[in-house]
Amino acid sequence: MIFLSQIINGLQIGSIYALVALGYSMVYGIVKLLNFAHGDIIMVGSYVLWFGLSRLGLAPWLSVIISITVCSALGMLIEKVAYKPLRNSPKISLLITAIGVSYLLQNLSQLIFTPNPRMLPNFFPGYVSIGGAQFAVVTIVTIAVSVVIMIGLSVMVKNTKMGKAMRAVSENSDVAQLMGINVNNTISFTFALGSGLVAVASVLYCCSYSQIEPTMGSMLGIKAFVAAVLGGIGSLPGAMLGGIIIGIFESLTKAYISSQLADAVVFGILIIVLLIRPSGILGKSIREKV
Amino acid sequence: MDRIKEKIGKTRYTYILNTLATILLFAVIYALINFGVLNRYQSLLLIPIGFNIILAVSLNLTAGYLGQLPLGHAGFMSVGGYASALFTLAVDLPPAVEFPLAILIAALSAAVFGVLIGLPALRLKGDYLAIITLGFGEIIRVIITNLKFTGGAYGLKGIEKHTTVTWVFICVTLTLFIVQTLMESRHGRAILSIREDEIASEASGISTTFYKVLAFTVSAALAGVAGALYAHYLSILDPNNFGFMKSTEILVMVVLGGLGSTFGSIVAAVVLTLLPEWLRSFSEYRMVVYALVLILVMIYRPSGLCGKYEFSLDRIISGEDEGLKKIKAIFHRKKSGKEEVGE
Repeated sequence: MIFLSQIINGLQIGSIYALVALGYSMVYGIVKLLNFAHGDIIMVGSYVLWFGLSRLGLAPWLSVIISITVCSALGMLIEKVAYKPLRNSPKISLLITAIGVSYLLQNLSQLIFTPNPRMLPNFFPGYVSIGGAQFAVVTIVTIAVSVVIMIGLSVMVKNTKMGKAMRAVSENSDVAQLMGINVNNTISFTFALGSGLVAVASVLYCCSYSQIEPTMGSMLGIKAFVAAVLGGIGSLPGAMLGGIIIGIFESLTKAYISSQLADAVVFGILIIVLLIRPSGILGKSIREKV
Repeated sequence: MDRIKEKIGKTRYTYILNTLATILLFAVIYALINFGVLNRYQSLLLIPIGFNIILAVSLNLTAGYLGQLPLGHAGFMSVGGYASALFTLAVDLPPAVEFPLAILIAALSAAVFGVLIGLPALRLKGDYLAIITLGFGEIIRVIITNLKFTGGAYGLKGIEKHTTVTWVFICVTLTLFIVQTLMESRHGRAILSIREDEIASEASGISTTFYKVLAFTVSAALAGVAGALYAHYLSILDPNNFGFMKSTEILVMVVLGGLGSTFGSIVAAVVLTLLPEWLRSFSEYRMVVYALVLILVMIYRPSGLCGKYEFSLDRIISGEDEGLKKIKAIFHRKKSGKEEVGE
């Protein structure tokens, strides 16, 4: 029974990782950029939520909508200001800029909100019993919301016009432009979508962990990135699979080995995967052309 | 000057010149401290400047010259720091014997980790390399936090304070000597060629794996030396100080100075160590400014403050130095008052 409940816990945190990993994967697919700041948007989303709830006294649903809007706008803004001027520079410059943006978000929020942790209420309190086992409502909500979003996202990327544009740009942005696709808009949309997903993830995260602080995003973001790499970067089903695998491994390590070693185990998995199959579980390997 | 140069050969001439300059610089620093020009606080500042120079120059070797971005530099620093501190805590020798041995042990143990991590990690490139080194750095930190003999999360306390300005000066000089001679040798050119085009250099018969691991290992060993100096300066080691943040701080120095310029790394390390000391009230905003520096430098001046400029006494004396020429050109323009178009 303990094992089963650990698996459920793993699924819960895993689906949060998966939501964040989707953004990493989409952005990487389109601009080939490891967006370090993506994880810190979780923190921004949580603080906006906290600010709406406890400072402005708004209703939870309104705070959630505001948080998603702010995060999407921030994602687009970051892309326009920091990444767009560097689109044709060496990759190392883009990566350094991304680290800079992440650093900036963390330190700005430390200045504005102080480094002290803040508390958030759980929107979904209580327990339900399914088949004799007790589950927190928030766990079930998290998993359900993530599943719905993932299905929606897959349908969107496969069938809508924007989804097709996204796939075309990630395949080859020059050719996509020649086919009449507005590459800039597509990239902005991808950033907005990814950041919006992160905002949803931050709401779900806050409900189950209730404590937020300015540096919370960096570790979460890195783990989500590990999930994206594990599943195969650029592949959406891969990001979901990777997130869930990382979540389950982490919660099993915490339960049976040591809670402090959980981070080391996650990175260990990453290292093994990168060495054995650098393109990830579901990713396709790209051969470098001369 | 030119006649002496011809007589004894160019290499020997530059060696002699640089040795003399180093001794002179040391004498000046020594005089400044002993005649009370620098007070105790200011002379103690020379130590962090020293180990930051070592850190920046060693990271520049991989990030600037090799063109790969490792994000686990603080990990190597912590390996060196802990190895040397455990050594000095365990043995009881006179400081003049103990400390050089500790530094050597720090360099060796960090180098071993450099090879162990570099061999698998350097099979990857770009973003993946950055992430995997970040992963290794975090693993090192987590392991140190969970071990008994490293003091765990409470840190290692009571390390003897051996680090003096003299030791720092010797270590910085050695670091610069190693990096400079490496980069001016055949091996250095191989490392540069990997940065410019990995596939082409492999096709020209350069063993890219060997040179990548070589640069990575040397860089790790030097970071270990900096770790040893750091440990015996603060006399306490806390694993939380060697996280991703520390690695980013070192990266800021290298990027600001100019990726691929040792001189730039030195300038940036000095500036970024002194700046927060001078602007105490500003310390709250320090990290925000660091972040902005990273972003703005990358967007507006990707080559950093100094670009790929390298300092050379020989060139300055013979008037061939490019930086000097530029400065002269600026003065010349001011004097003649003419606007020159195009440079």
